Amino acid sequence: MSWLRLKNCGKAINLDQIPNIEYPEFYQNLVEMLEDENFHIADYFGYSTTEGLKLIAIILDDKNSDILIAEHTYHYYCEDSLLSITAKCEAMHPFERDITERYGIVFKNNPWNKPLRFLANRFDKRMIIEKYPFYQISGETLHEVNVGPIHAGIIEPGAFRFTCNGEKVLHLEVALGYQHRGVEEVMCSTKSTLKQNIIAENIAGDSAVSNAIAYSTNIEKLSANLNNNSKQLNTERAIAQEMERIAMHIADTGALCGDIGYQLGQVACEALRTITINTTQMWCGNRFGKSIIRPCGTNFPLNNEICSEIKKNMSDVLKRYDEIRQNIKNTPSVIARFEACGTVDRNIALHIGAVGVCAKASGLLRDIRATHPYGEYKNMNHVPIIKTYGDVMSRLTIRCREVLQSIEYVLSLVDKIDTSIVQSRPIYNNNLMQNAISVSIVEGWRGEICHTAITNSQGEICCYKVKDPSIHNWLALSLAVRGEGISDFPICNKSFSLSYCGHDL
Amino acid sequence: MEQIITTIIIIILALLIPNTISLTKAKLAGRRGVRIYQYFIDTIKLLRKGAVYSPTTTAVFKIAPSVYLGSSIVAMLMIPVGVLHPIFAFNGDVIMFCYLMALGRAALILAAMDTGSSFEGMGASREALYGALIEPALFLTLGTLALISGSTNFSDIFSLIQSDSANMVIVMLIIGYISIKIFTVEMGRIPIDDPKTHLELTMVHEVMILDYCGVDLAFINIGNWLKGASIAMIAANAITTAFSLNISLTIAFALLVAIIIGVVESIYARAKMARNATYILTITAIALLMFFVAFTLLKEIEL
Repeated sequence: MSWLRLKNCGKAINLDQIPNIEYPEFYQNLVEMLEDENFHIADYFGYSTTEGLKLIAIILDDKNSDILIAEHTYHYYCEDSLLSITAKCEAMHPFERDITERYGIVFKNNPWNKPLRFLANRFDKRMIIEKYPFYQISGETLHEVNVGPIHAGIIEPGAFRFTCNGEKVLHLEVALGYQHRGVEEVMCSTKSTLKQNIIAENIAGDSAVSNAIAYSTNIEKLSANLNNNSKQLNTERAIAQEMERIAMHIADTGALCGDIGYQLGQVACEALRTITINTTQMWCGNRFGKSIIRPCGTNFPLNNEICSEIKKNMSDVLKRYDEIRQNIKNTPSVIARFEACGTVDRNIALHIGAVGVCAKASGLLRDIRATHPYGEYKNMNHVPIIKTYGDVMSRLTIRCREVLQSIEYVLSLVDKIDTSIVQSRPIYNNNLMQNAISVSIVEGWRGEICHTAITNSQGEICCYKVKDPSIHNWLALSLAVRGEGISDFPICNKSFSLSYCGHDL
Repeated sequence: MEQIITTIIIIILALLIPNTISLTKAKLAGRRGVRIYQYFIDTIKLLRKGAVYSPTTTAVFKIAPSVYLGSSIVAMLMIPVGVLHPIFAFNGDVIMFCYLMALGRAALILAAMDTGSSFEGMGASREALYGALIEPALFLTLGTLALISGSTNFSDIFSLIQSDSANMVIVMLIIGYISIKIFTVEMGRIPIDDPKTHLELTMVHEVMILDYCGVDLAFINIGNWLKGASIAMIAANAITTAFSLNISLTIAFALLVAIIIGVVESIYARAKMARNATYILTITAIALLMFFVAFTLLKEIEL
C-alpha cells in the first residue's frame, strides 16, 4: 500500500508528497483498512485544483499512531462515476454525501445519498425543500412526530423526525444543515492568522479551546522556519483543554440529571460547572477559554496566582463532583432511567465510525490522547476510560470518570508549571510552507477534531477543512433510540451531547 | 357561614400548595425560591391577557379551559375541611366528585387532540391512559370511606367515621397515603410527570396545554390548583380523622402533602414513561387491598 504515513506531532508535508492513487486501488485500500478496527476514517474531502478534483482521504492507524494519507484526482468529464465506499463501510457516509452536494459527484451504489448540509440539493435543482427525502414508513398504527427545527433548550437548529408505533420509536431521522456559516470558506477568505484563529475558536462555542489548538498546531506545523513549541506552552494548552473537558462533562452530567427531573444532581453540577468556567475566566478573561490558544506562544502565561487558584478550585470540584457521582450511582430511580437505555453496541459503533465518548462507552478505543498523542499528551501516557455496555449510563460513567481523571491531570500539570520562565508571545506573521498540507488531530471533549490546512504557492491557506466528531456520532443517536420509548429520546440525545454547529459548518 | 369558611380555606390552600412545593424544592436545592404570592400574581397577569387561537382549532379547544375550571370549582365545593361542611352536600356527591375530575380531564384531552399537533396527541394519549388507570384508585378510596362511614356524602363521611380501633386508624392512614399518590398522578408530579421539564417529548399534562395562552392558560392553572387542593384536602381529612385531631391540623396536613411532594421531587428522578402504568396500577392495587381490609373489619369477618 502506497499511503503516506505521518505523525500527529510531525511537520507539514508538500502536496506532491501525497501519493496519488487510481480509484480502484484507492477504493480497495479504503475498504480493506476500514474493515480493520485498528483503522478509522478521520476525514475525506474534495479539494478543487486545476488538474481536477482531488479526493483526499485521511485515515488513522490507531495501532501504530500513524496518520495515513492518500489522494485520488478525479476528472469529472473523463472518468466513470465512482464506486461508493459507503456501500461497504458505513462510516464514510457523511463524507461522500458532502462531496456529492459540493461537487455534484454521484457515487455509484451509495445506499442513501441524502444531502448532508443542504436541504435542497445544489447540483440537482429538482431537489427542493418540499421534496426533502425524509425516510418514510407507512402503516395504520404508525405516526410521525417532528421535533424542531429549533431546539427548545439550546436554540440551535436541527429537525428530528420520529416514526413511532405508539410510544415506541421505530426510526429517527436527524435533519441538520439549517445554518450555513461557511466556516471553511471564511477561514480562507482572510490572510490574517489572528482572524483565522478567532474563527477557529468559534467553530463550536463549546469546544473553543480544542478547535483553537487544532488550528494553532496546523499553523505551527506549516511554519517552516520555526522551532518546536516550548514545553511549557504545551503544558498550558493541555491544562486549558482538560479544563474545557471538565466543564463540559460536568455540564452534561447536570443536564442529564435535569432531563430526568433529578434536581439534586442538576443543581450541584450547575454550581460546579460555574466554578470551573469561572476559573478559566480568571485565567484569560473568557469563560470558554477563548484567546488562551494562539500560534507559537501565549498572551496569558500562567502565573503563581492563577496556578494556585486553579489548584484550589479544581481540588474543590474534584471532592464535590465525586460526591455527586456517588450519589448518581447510588440512586435507584436515576439508575433505572439510565441503564439499558439508548444502547449502541460495539459492532454498530465500529461500523458507523463512532468516536469520542460514544465509542468509548461501547468498548471501542477511540482517544487521540492515547493513540495519536500530541503536545503534552506525549509525556502523559494517557489511559482512556472504556465501558462496554454502550447505554446512557455507560456514557455518563465515562463522563464522570473522565472529569476525575482530567482534574488529576490538571492538578499534576499545574505543578509542573515553572512561572519564572518567560513565555514567548504569539506570532501571527509566520511564513507558511508553500503548496503544503498539514493535518492536526485533537481530542476534544466530544471526540476527535480533525483540521486540515492546505496552502497555495504564495504560502497562504487556500483550503481549510474542519471535521467535528459529531459528524460521525449523529448516526449513533439515530440508532440508539430505535426501539426505545420516545420519551427517552431527550436523555439519549443528551448522553451523546452532539454539536449542531460543528455539523453545520 | 361555616360553608363559606370551608371554601375560603380550600381556595387559600389551592394558592399555597403549588408555592409550597416549589419553595420546598428551592430550599432543598439551596436556592432562595419564589415569593409566596408569585403564582398568584403570575395568574392575575395571565387573566388580564387575551387569547390567541390557532386556525386549525375548533370550538372544542376554546371551551375546554372553561369546562376544566368549572368542573374543578364544583368539585372543590364538595370537599369538607375536617368537620366544617362544604357548600354542596348531597348523597352520592363522592361519585359526582370523581366524574367531575373525569369531565375536566376529558375536556382537556379533546382540546389537545383538536390542535392537530403530534406532541399534544401524544400527551393526550398518555393522559387518557393514566387517567383511566388512576380512576379505580380514586373510586376505591372514596368507596372505602363511604363503606366505613355508611354515607356517600362527603360532608358526613369525615364526621361520621369513628376511628376508635387501631385497625381503623391504619385504614385511614392508608387512605391518606393513597390520596397523596393520587395527588401525584392527577397533578402530574414526579415520578409520573415533571412539571418543570422543557422537553415536550417527555411531558404529559404540560404538553396538552402547550397551545393555550393568556386567560385560557390561567383558567387551566386555576382549575389545576383547585383540583390539587381538593385531593390534598381528602388526604388531610383522612389523616386527621384517623387521630381525631383538631381542624387547624387538617390545614397543616394539607400543606404537609405539598412539602412531601416537594421533598420527593428533590431527591428522586422521574420514572421511565413505560413504568408509569405499573406505578399507577400499584396504587390501585393498594386501594383495592385497603377496600377489602376495611370490608372485613366492618363485617368483623375472621380470616
